[in-house]
Amino acid sequence: MSTAQGYNFAYLDEQTKRMIRRAILKAVAIPGYQVPFGSREMPLPYGWGTGGIQVTAAILGPDDTLKVIDQGADDTTNAVNIRSFFQKTAGMATTDRTREASIIQTRHRIPETPLVEGQIMVYQVPIPEPLRWLEPREGETRKMHGLAEYGVMQVKLYEDIAHYGHISTAYDYPVRVNGRYVMSPSPIPKFDNPKMDNSPALQLFGAGREKRIYAIPPYTRVESLDFEDHPFQIESWDQACAICGSADSYLDEIVTDDKGGRMFVCSDTDYCGERVAAGHTGEEQAA
Amino acid sequence: MYVAVKGGERAIENSRRLLAEERRGDTSVPEVTLAQIDEQLSLAVDRVMTEGSLYDRELAALAVKQARGDLIEAIFLLRAYRTTLPRFGYAEPLDTVAMQVRRRISATYKDLPGGQVLGPTFDYTLRLLDFDLAAADNAPEAEAADAPLEGGMPRVTDILGHGGLIEPEEPRDEQEVGDLTRDPLRFPAERDVRLQSLARGDEGFLLSLGYSTQRGYGKNHPFAGEIRLGELAVEFVPEELGFPIEIGEITVTECQMVNQFQGSATEPAKFTRGYGLTFGHCERKAMAMALVDRSLRAEELGEQAKAPAQDQEFVLYHADNVEASGFTQHLKLPHYVDFQAELVMVRRMRETAANNAARNDDFEEAAD
Repeated sequence: MSTAQGYNFAYLDEQTKRMIRRAILKAVAIPGYQVPFGSREMPLPYGWGTGGIQVTAAILGPDDTLKVIDQGADDTTNAVNIRSFFQKTAGMATTDRTREASIIQTRHRIPETPLVEGQIMVYQVPIPEPLRWLEPREGETRKMHGLAEYGVMQVKLYEDIAHYGHISTAYDYPVRVNGRYVMSPSPIPKFDNPKMDNSPALQLFGAGREKRIYAIPPYTRVESLDFEDHPFQIESWDQACAICGSADSYLDEIVTDDKGGRMFVCSDTDYCGERVAAGHTGEEQAA
Repeated sequence: MYVAVKGGERAIENSRRLLAEERRGDTSVPEVTLAQIDEQLSLAVDRVMTEGSLYDRELAALAVKQARGDLIEAIFLLRAYRTTLPRFGYAEPLDTVAMQVRRRISATYKDLPGGQVLGPTFDYTLRLLDFDLAAADNAPEAEAADAPLEGGMPRVTDILGHGGLIEPEEPRDEQEVGDLTRDPLRFPAERDVRLQSLARGDEGFLLSLGYSTQRGYGKNHPFAGEIRLGELAVEFVPEELGFPIEIGEITVTECQMVNQFQGSATEPAKFTRGYGLTFGHCERKAMAMALVDRSLRAEELGEQAKAPAQDQEFVLYHADNVEASGFTQHLKLPHYVDFQAELVMVRRMRETAANNAARNDDFEEAAD
């Protein structure tokens, strides 16, 4: 496939890619630390994955195989748009298969299929600052990170438990990376947080509008914040996937009528399809 | 039953085609040309160039056409194009005294060297719909003056400066001018970067913020010292030549606000400045920018900064309409996964509450 006329490979000029790679290297060297970078205007709107796109563009080579997902699926509007952007500007191979991808750009999910060494996850990040809802000023939050002053976050989680009996954060659940920086995992459901811990894949995070890059190198400790007497817990469902019967994947809830009818299916469409191909069935298939 | 399709490449492609068709509208109506947009919707082109930070009338007109007249969308298109352009270097600073003035007014002096030049403005029109304009074939003509305006019209702030009544504005040679499009915003931001951000900032946002300072949220007693509009030559020094050459001419609007400053124990009272500059003719924007520039100087002038318009992070982080529009509209993207996480959470919280209530009832019954 040929690349778009008049644009450099993967859209960004080589100077800009170099600048982004430097930021990535710094981010990898200081796990969980938010590195400011000269984010560019991209032909997709801010808030629609421009940070992730810039990171992918900076690391992408012609031999890479790219997978793009949004909400766990390859054919959601945002994923389709970004995939076609890279097909047009870089012309490398793309895939829906987690196992075949060398780079996976994602919004809101980590694939169910375990990642392996050599793979790179690129997360799209809207608000990179985990302390933002507690302190709106960037000047302040940078200081708090510098001093590892994370008491406010623990207090917030404690107050949740005192008010509701649970920590009420369901997604973008804060983690501590390598025992040092508290980091936003991007708005993935907390269900996916444990997949970040000790992952053999390199995990890169790009926030375009907020102009920050951060990273988790392979095999790095990633802990979800919690308390000894209120340990971190992930979502669970009473149902299994109606299509593939998986009882341990993250489920989407589909409303089937206006009388309270609903069904649950895997959010990760590749994982679900793979299970169906292997002969697994859910109640929907069996019916 | 449920079909496992969430977006669909074909649906997206169809949506793009439909948009293209709607953009063109009824094909029995002639298609608008870039020259028509440039000539007859010139203020739209000016705004798109200013907030898109790219001086190119033709490309801006194309952006307006492609965006169906949605100016924020057009600004976005121009910005996304601009970011791909190579950077050859930086032009020499513009000297607005050298401007070929078409309009120049001062609200602080009745008359002044160079005079008041009204130029083309809505200011003196009655806002009555002109039904004659609804018909085609309008070719109004304005009478030309006997002689061209004299060049080198002094700026009002320079006139004030001679008496030491206004703070001097000295270039800082030791420090390079920042570039917001290459380096991320950092706080506290210096005035060069702040002005850059305001120049790119959304007109509506700055207008309301400037207005808020006039109504008392960070009041800074402004006078429109001078507003001028006209053409300026842009000069550039190519490395191989070592001297400046003229590379083109641009139209700019400049606004210099003159603001009060009470003085302090060490400094006598004097006037301070707020500055606004835009491409083309964007007077409202230039004035709003100057008001907000001045209000963002609160801290350096020893004023208490407590209004939104005086808060650097608040103003500069939210002034960019390409950023704001993208992030606001990203809410249209699918969020099923996070919403599902919230659903599970809310159901669980309700369950806990119901169990607690039931337990309390039991407890009360037992106590009865």
